[in-house]
Amino acid sequence: MISRRDFLQASVAASAIYGASGVGNWARLAAQQALTQEDLLSFNKTGNVTIIHITDIHAQLKPVYFREPEVNLGVGDATGLPPHVTGKDFVDMFGLTPGSPEAYALTYTDFSALAKGYGKMGGMDRCATVINAIRADRPDALLLDGGDTWQGSYTAQMTKGQDMVNVMNLLKPEAMTFHWEFTLGSERVREILADVSYDGLGQNIYDKEWEEPSEDFKPYEFYESGGVKVAVIGQAFPYMPIANPGWMFPEYAFGIRDQHMQEMVEEVRAMGAELVVCLSHNGFDVDRSMASKVSGIDVILTAHTHDALPEPVLVGDTMLIASGSNGKFITRLDLDVQNGQIMGFAHKLIPIFSDVIEPDAEMAKLIDEQRAPYEAELSEVLGTTDSELYRRGNFNGTWDDLICDALISERDADIALSPGFRWGPSLIPGDDITREDLFNCTGMNYPNTYRSEMTGETIKLILEDVADNLFNPDPYYQQGGDMVRVGGMGYHIDVSKPQGERLTEMTMLKTGEKIEADKTYIVSGWASVAEGGAPGEPIWDVVENHIKKQGTISLEPNNSVVVTGV
Amino acid sequence: MQFTRRDTLVMGAGAAVATFMPLQVFADATEDVSAEFAMGEAITDGGVELTAPEIAENGNTVPISVNAPGAVAVLILATGNPSPKVIGFNFGPRAGGQTASTRCRLAGTQDVVALAKMADGSVKRASATVKVTIGGCGG
Repeated sequence: MISRRDFLQASVAASAIYGASGVGNWARLAAQQALTQEDLLSFNKTGNVTIIHITDIHAQLKPVYFREPEVNLGVGDATGLPPHVTGKDFVDMFGLTPGSPEAYALTYTDFSALAKGYGKMGGMDRCATVINAIRADRPDALLLDGGDTWQGSYTAQMTKGQDMVNVMNLLKPEAMTFHWEFTLGSERVREILADVSYDGLGQNIYDKEWEEPSEDFKPYEFYESGGVKVAVIGQAFPYMPIANPGWMFPEYAFGIRDQHMQEMVEEVRAMGAELVVCLSHNGFDVDRSMASKVSGIDVILTAHTHDALPEPVLVGDTMLIASGSNGKFITRLDLDVQNGQIMGFAHKLIPIFSDVIEPDAEMAKLIDEQRAPYEAELSEVLGTTDSELYRRGNFNGTWDDLICDALISERDADIALSPGFRWGPSLIPGDDITREDLFNCTGMNYPNTYRSEMTGETIKLILEDVADNLFNPDPYYQQGGDMVRVGGMGYHIDVSKPQGERLTEMTMLKTGEKIEADKTYIVSGWASVAEGGAPGEPIWDVVENHIKKQGTISLEPNNSVVVTGV
Repeated sequence: MQFTRRDTLVMGAGAAVATFMPLQVFADATEDVSAEFAMGEAITDGGVELTAPEIAENGNTVPISVNAPGAVAVLILATGNPSPKVIGFNFGPRAGGQTASTRCRLAGTQDVVALAKMADGSVKRASATVKVTIGGCGG
């Protein structure tokens, strides 16, 4: 019998012949202005099971620009491995053509120029078209949502996630897992789940008081696809009460809990599961590590770190899938499952080019209905931008430079701190900045700002702490966000050093003076996880005032962070 | 309006201030307590299972559990605390199992150690690093 490993290798080789490194060889077609929906959907239907994975939508109902990271460092065992490959290295690794649609979709290089040609990506109406087409091809395909679905836009903010819930109800996923959902408050999460037809899964959602699996969330559920009994085990974001305000969901504890994951795998196998899928919100590196510790998981659908990979990554016998964010991609994974073993597969990371894929009419109508009550607020133009505005990347992005500038000038601070969130789409030079755009980068439930005195020592303590959550060599000790963004101050960071020793050369940018440990500085920031939040006005008001005063946003290149030890 | 430093730390977790305290100071105390528990026997790794979170959700109350089949006594140590002894458990001959759990306060990122004394006097050890962090800023 052909082993699974042989088969995977054979399949990869075969896909090379077709030029389908998961994304398809449609660069040439695009150059001929002939890229079609049919090309994007074409698929070598395989086996008996189809999984559709979408994740980290962050409530983006409409198509967006989303610039992939320029800096995405891997540390420890993950050094140089996908997803820690960007730009030209990414293009080379996956055999893409520079300037092609797939290079535009998957890398930051020449982003604004290519964005003008290839247009926005995503849109839940386009996603609906793709999902419906896959279901037409394979009616019992399983649609799995990796979470971070109900947060991240103006309408999600105003409706407490209801707009996205209505959209997902129409898409009819089998199951989802969670992260930012819990920042709506645990009561709201339970209220929504009581009202939807799909399952909310999380084997690592525990009752905090009793330190036992919570009865409010199932650890796993069984589904049937192609006559195969598929177990889907949920894995919510492990560090919810640490990275986000725990007081918003005080009944629950999380954590990775890989021993319990192993027990769940054995339990579902004993109950007859022929295929074990983990619907995870761990983040890619944590999943890669978990795959090497927990045996018996066939497929991990990764999320949280917003990576988009055109090929599965194999760890032992476990296949890791990374499907991007913001509705930009949908993964289709076909598996040939025979006697509890994967005998073959076909995979495609389908890029949702909004100008190529026809919107699904029913979904487009539903989206319009969600937005209609807020149309005037959404479309109000606050200013324009001459600069590319983006967030993703390990250190400063221009959206966060703008937010930090706003905090410094509006709150009269020396130094600004803005959290290293990975959500938040991009704008290209010449774009208007609307209130919708602003909320896409700030919309969340603990938005209030603070203005406070901190010593140089405290500032270093905070930055060292966050840096370790990103650059600890063991992924189990990482939280998966990017580095906290800093305005008004520059620093050097050696990512190879241990916590407490990474940051040096902390310098006030306006004076060039070194930060002194015992001197006091005025620091302004937002998104405090402390109970009750911060006392100041919400970040979106601060940034809106700043943009309106500026009129046109022009940002200088930011070279204030010097990175070594890569 | 002014924040106190504790409020601002942004981000909660009272214990985090101690994160960078040199923990070496407490290593001797851990060694002394371990030696006392082992009563001259060598301590070997393995044979006892210690479950602790990789990153504490709250450094003031960290859930720790231990499973030590065949043990007559278990001692849990927080090697970075000023006083490393957390709790000891004794298991009588009629104990149905040798598992126990507790919660402890950790002064900062450190190793938590479980020592298990077997019926023959031999001593087993398991260790886990628990990170205590300021939190926030993730996602």
